[in-house]
Amino acid sequence: MGKIVAVTGNEACAQALKQINPDVCAAYPITPATDLMQRFSGFVNDGKVDTELVLVESEHSAMSACIGAAAAGGRVATATSSQGLALMWEMLYIAAGTRLPIVMPLVNRALSAPLNIHGDHSDGMGARDTGWIQFYSENAQEAYDNTIQAFRVAEHLDIRLPVIVCMDGFIVSHSIERVEYIDDADVKKFVGKFVAVNPLLDIDNPKSYGPLILTDLYHEYKRAQHEVMTRVPKVVLEVAAEFEKMTGRRYGLFETYRLEDAEMAVVVMSSAAGTTKDIIDQYRDRGVKIGLLKPRMFRPFPFAEIANALKHVKAIAVLDRADSFGGMGPLYSEIAGAVMQMDTKPAMINKIFGLGGRDYLPDQAEHVIDELITLAKTGKVQAVKEYIGVRE
Amino acid sequence: MSKKYWETLPQGSVVLEAGSSAKFKTGGWRSMRPKWIEENCIQCMFCWMYCPDMSVKVTAEGKRAEFDYDYCKGCGICALECPGKKGNKAIVMEEEGK
Ligand code: SF4
Ligand code: SF4
Repeated sequence: MGKIVAVTGNEACAQALKQINPDVCAAYPITPATDLMQRFSGFVNDGKVDTELVLVESEHSAMSACIGAAAAGGRVATATSSQGLALMWEMLYIAAGTRLPIVMPLVNRALSAPLNIHGDHSDGMGARDTGWIQFYSENAQEAYDNTIQAFRVAEHLDIRLPVIVCMDGFIVSHSIERVEYIDDADVKKFVGKFVAVNPLLDIDNPKSYGPLILTDLYHEYKRAQHEVMTRVPKVVLEVAAEFEKMTGRRYGLFETYRLEDAEMAVVVMSSAAGTTKDIIDQYRDRGVKIGLLKPRMFRPFPFAEIANALKHVKAIAVLDRADSFGGMGPLYSEIAGAVMQMDTKPAMINKIFGLGGRDYLPDQAEHVIDELITLAKTGKVQAVKEYIGVRE
Repeated sequence: MSKKYWETLPQGSVVLEAGSSAKFKTGGWRSMRPKWIEENCIQCMFCWMYCPDMSVKVTAEGKRAEFDYDYCKGCGICALECPGKKGNKAIVMEEEGK
């Protein structure tokens, strides 16, 4: 049986990393992830973990060192936010293309300019095409649980891909919540021994990482990388089932809330899902058939499963905590792609909310649901994409 | 079911065979060709030291031998560094195919 504690999201993630005890961790501080790595470096300093902590001069170097350590054959972790992730950009593709199972908590934060340290999903969405698996967490418990599960998914021999575990900056990373910790021994057993694949440090079998591959084979390597992504959902579900056996906490590719008999759905990720569920309860009390779908795994995106879960609704509002300027919100694009496979297509709207840490308040959820009620009746979309919670 | 070609590729494009770059002959990239003029050569081995592609061969006795044109990319570093004899270069660059 685990221990119930009152901790922040950062504290919970640092605890997960401590329990996992990676071989190498290369990191560079950035708000709001600083506190996570600071806590972890405390564990290193106090001899609570055996991890070799590599303090580097930038996030580009942090990810480079992680790639080197993972290729050498170690279990590797780091953490970052916002500009830090942006600075890692080219190395993110290399980590994924080289199939290195690095785990990285990403404390979601807005991107400059203007400079802002608060939470939104611009950083994670910017990395959506890098080939990393991405999980989004609603609260500190999920961030902790997802971090532990991420190692199993990343290191699975059918997968070997890096994983990003997101939580909302400040809203989750710096808020104290009730979290159930798993016993050290159970985490250790669950995560298991690290199995190195083609480690560079196996000097009896020399090998090279990062070759030049031109028109003759590059396309085939990307085809293989795509194939690996298709294997991820099955592994994620297997790991989640084992995790549920250990903790009683259930995880899927996404979570649904009062969606089974709903006529309308709100799709939203991370902490905003919690607020939305409360408002859904209020509307349900008044007989409004509204439900919620909260994607947990954004990459690979579970198109078929999500389409199936939404197949009976007449209207969907997708709430994006990031914008693709000049395009639709990134989550909206994915949901639209999923819905395209359905026989009868629901009416869909896209709301951009909460950028730069703007609070997502109950009245914004109410505004969205009111619009959905009209939309479900008329089927007529007034504005496909709209900002909400804007000072006017 | 037999595997498709792309399914047989090593994971993460790791090269599992040591020294396999010897199979990748890069000499075809060359547009300028170094020419060794043996009578001007003082056996200083600067060319051997400076060549980024190990394309200056050495004999069993440790003497300067011919270029290895399978890998020489024609960068011209050897020609630039070559002191030659009495101001006469022992390496000159010539246009490839002339
Ligand atoms: S031209 Fe360049 S590659 Fe060719 S032998 Fe000289 S130094 Fe080496
Ligand atoms: S650098 Fe010139 S002189 Fe020296 S060994 Fe090479 S060819 Fe001969």
